Amino acid sequence: MKARITVTLKNGVLDPQGKAIEHALSGLGFDGVGQVRQGKVFDIELTGTDKARAEADLKAMCDKLLANTVIENYSVAIT
Amino acid sequence: MKSAVVLLPGLNRDRDMIAALTKISGQAPATVWQTDTEIPDVDLIAIPGGFSFGDYLRCGAIAARMPVMRAVAEKAAKGVMVIGVCNGFQILVEAGLLPGALMRNASLKFVCRQVKLEIANANTMFTRRYQPGQIIRSPVAHHDGNYFADAETLARLEGEGQVVFRYAEGTNPNGSINDIAGIVSEKGNVLGLMPHPENLIEAAHGGSDGRALFEGALGIAA
Repeated sequence: MKARITVTLKNGVLDPQGKAIEHALSGLGFDGVGQVRQGKVFDIELTGTDKARAEADLKAMCDKLLANTVIENYSVAIT
Repeated sequence: MKSAVVLLPGLNRDRDMIAALTKISGQAPATVWQTDTEIPDVDLIAIPGGFSFGDYLRCGAIAARMPVMRAVAEKAAKGVMVIGVCNGFQILVEAGLLPGALMRNASLKFVCRQVKLEIANANTMFTRRYQPGQIIRSPVAHHDGNYFADAETLARLEGEGQVVFRYAEGTNPNGSINDIAGIVSEKGNVLGLMPHPENLIEAAHGGSDGRALFEGALGIAA
């Protein structure tokens, strides 16, 4: 089983890196770019086959380590 | 008064912290390694600055989950003083011993310079040797010192006097909310700050503005 965890900044949290990327994109001539927010992606291979358990484990991984829930949201997708 | 310094791979200000504590208290601090589960009987535990675990994932995130931090949390719960400087502050927030988060500097640049700090609360065990509102100098050197907390947490910190150091006179180097440079826990025995008071303790450093912090915490006559 494979899973992808996406971690993004919560709304209202300033993202200076996203801002810099936004400016760089418009500098390259891409007009029509609105707000850019930078996040992280984790691709995780799992040895088990129980999807429900995997989902619970992945959420626990996010809460305990992969995301800082003070400033970040996360989503879990199992493929 | 006895002290201990937490050692983690990637820290680089540990020798500075050990030197400062040794010079000010007259005895060398104990050192504890990341895998240690027990911390000796001390009055003050210091987590120095640096780049623990290469700042991988988030600054301080991996260090905060090492066994030694469980021991630090137990000591903190018993009222032992804990001070985290720079990466040490990042580790304390990641470990949940202090609220909020430290984000990338608003300028996106690493800042290494001297700033001015206002003593926002002189009624803590760390700042009792300063005057309320006193302006002191301190070096900073970090890439992720932009303090953030949600509105509710911020109101609580401000209301309870938990903001103890504030960047003063327009010297905020990182975009930190409310110019926050350092905060204490609810009980007041855990302090986290981005500046490096341990690097300004004697004439050879160009000043000793940071010395009173350690003297106050360790109960040593000035």
